[in-house]
Amino acid sequence: MMKLRRSMLFVPGDAAGMVSTSFVFKPDTIMFDLEDAVAPQEKDSARILVYHALRHPSYRDIETAVRINGLDSEYGLKDLEMSVRGGADIVRLPKTEKPEDIELLDQHITRIEQACGRQVGQTRVMAAIESAYGVVNAVSIARASPRMIALALAGFDYLVDMQSERSGESEPELFYARAAVLHAARAAGLDAFDVVYGDVNDMEGFLREVMIAKNLGFNGKSLIHPRQIKPLHQSYAPTPQELARARRIIQAAEKAKKEGLGVISLDGKMVDPPVVAHAELVLRRAEAV
Amino acid sequence: MDIIKEAIAGTLESSDVLVKVLPSQDGSLTLHVQSEVIKQFGKQIRASVMQTLDALSVQAATVVVSDKGALDCIIRARVQAAVLRAAGAQEIDWSVL
Repeated sequence: MMKLRRSMLFVPGDAAGMVSTSFVFKPDTIMFDLEDAVAPQEKDSARILVYHALRHPSYRDIETAVRINGLDSEYGLKDLEMSVRGGADIVRLPKTEKPEDIELLDQHITRIEQACGRQVGQTRVMAAIESAYGVVNAVSIARASPRMIALALAGFDYLVDMQSERSGESEPELFYARAAVLHAARAAGLDAFDVVYGDVNDMEGFLREVMIAKNLGFNGKSLIHPRQIKPLHQSYAPTPQELARARRIIQAAEKAKKEGLGVISLDGKMVDPPVVAHAELVLRRAEAV
Repeated sequence: MDIIKEAIAGTLESSDVLVKVLPSQDGSLTLHVQSEVIKQFGKQIRASVMQTLDALSVQAATVVVSDKGALDCIIRARVQAAVLRAAGAQEIDWSVL
């Protein structure tokens, strides 16, 4: 069954209090950040802190990811070594610009998995797209490795690269990148995460952006504060009408299966398999709120 | 692991711990612990620090721990970071952490 990924909460890797407690907020995925949130002189200590968190029983039942530093930095490979050995479910590569970035990451992960006895292929990868070059290469990045599970658009760096900035409201400046990243992800069968919303006190603006992402088709958003989790989950919850229809579609599908019918029908109309899959997703979103 | 210089790791923020590691003057291993919960958890904190030092083969050092209610795994992580800094270690053997 497809993993529900609506909320991916960033947790600064050197913040002991957050690292100790972030699981209680129950995001769908916790992303320990070793990149921008950690000062250069604290990278080593944060790396060890995150290693212990990854191995702690409190994080056993929640999907964990680590945003490593770029592999072209002095920290990237050390972060990766720790992440794979610590048992992170996902490694998030920042500033991905071309498929070779993912291929190189894949090779290093395989080497580390073999060295530490972890099953090869168990560590999954998501690519953060943060530049115009990354956006135009999104399709080949998405298909660069069987480890890939998602693309994430990072709005701040992307807009700097585009010589643009946030305008609020419908955000036309992000439309092309959102559509391109989302199409690349879907064409490769991956999940897609929308940008972070930086103003944690502006819930109205956050919810407006959530609806843009949801209506486009993003699985969810990267989040920078626990207080954004519940509103996000509620926004992704189906309406009573959507829920009722999803239940009827599932019932029709189960009835057709029981009767050995190859075609599912509801109210005299044929129901295609993708519609059933979407109905299952609606039910899971409703259950997960 | 030989302690060759003074180093610290961690902070004095809530749920964290500040660990200072210094070279020993007389070849002994000395531990000082300050904690707001010293009566309830002092023994446990000392045991965690000593186990961590043992795993890293630290036999001579002065270690000062200022705890602000950190979990056991945070204490171990900060001790490890301080020791590795104080030893000037560039590579980490993750299997011993």
